[in-house]
Amino acid sequence: MNNYELMVIFTPVLSNDEYKAAQKKFASFITENGGKMVAENAWGLKSLAYPIRKKTTGLYWVLEYIAPSDFNEKLKIQLLRDESVLRHLGTKLDKYAVEYNEKKRRGVPTGNEKAVEA
Amino acid sequence: MAKANEIKYLTAIKSDKRVKKYCRFKKYGIRYIDYKDVEFLKKFLNEQGKLLPRRITGNSLKYQRKVSDAVKKARQMALLPYVTDLLK
Repeated sequence: MNNYELMVIFTPVLSNDEYKAAQKKFASFITENGGKMVAENAWGLKSLAYPIRKKTTGLYWVLEYIAPSDFNEKLKIQLLRDESVLRHLGTKLDKYAVEYNEKKRRGVPTGNEKAVEA
Repeated sequence: MAKANEIKYLTAIKSDKRVKKYCRFKKYGIRYIDYKDVEFLKKFLNEQGKLLPRRITGNSLKYQRKVSDAVKKARQMALLPYVTDLLK
C-alpha cells in the first residue's frame, strides 16, 4: 500500500451534477479496488495555461488516496477511457509529501512560505 | 593567492563583498516541492517560463532536480505554460 495523489482535469462542458458524479465515480472505483481515500479537493473551474482539446478552461479535481501498487494501471485505463477527462496526473507521495499535504489541509504553515520571502 | 596589498592595480578594485548564494531548501529545511503551488514555482522561472539555472538560484543539485520535476508536472497539467512571454 502506497500513498498516491491524482489530479484530473475534466472538460468545462460538464454541469455541476455531472462534475460531482464524475468525481464520485472515480472515488468509488478506488474504494471498490481495495484503496482508501485520504482527502479530495475540487478546485472547480480554472483557466488553463494553454488550450487542451480546444478548451481554454477546465474543472480541476485533486485526490489523495492509499492503494495497492497494482491498482494504478486499472485506474489509468478508466481515466483514459472516460471522454470527460481532458488530462490526468498520478503522483506517488513520499513521507515528506504526505506530511506536507496534511499540514496544508489543516492550514498549518508548511515551511515553504519562508523560502518565498527569501 | 597573493596578498591584495602586494599587487598594484591601475584602477581601484571593488571592495564590497559578494553575498554568498545558498540553497533555500537546505536552509529552511524544505523536503517536498509541491507542483500545485504555482506561485512558489514561479520563483525559479524566467519571463519566458523557462527554468532558471542553478548558477542564479543557488539551489543544490538535489533540490534543483526536484524543482525541475515539479515545474514539468505543473506544465503537463496546464498550471504553468510551456512557452510564453511576460510570465510575471
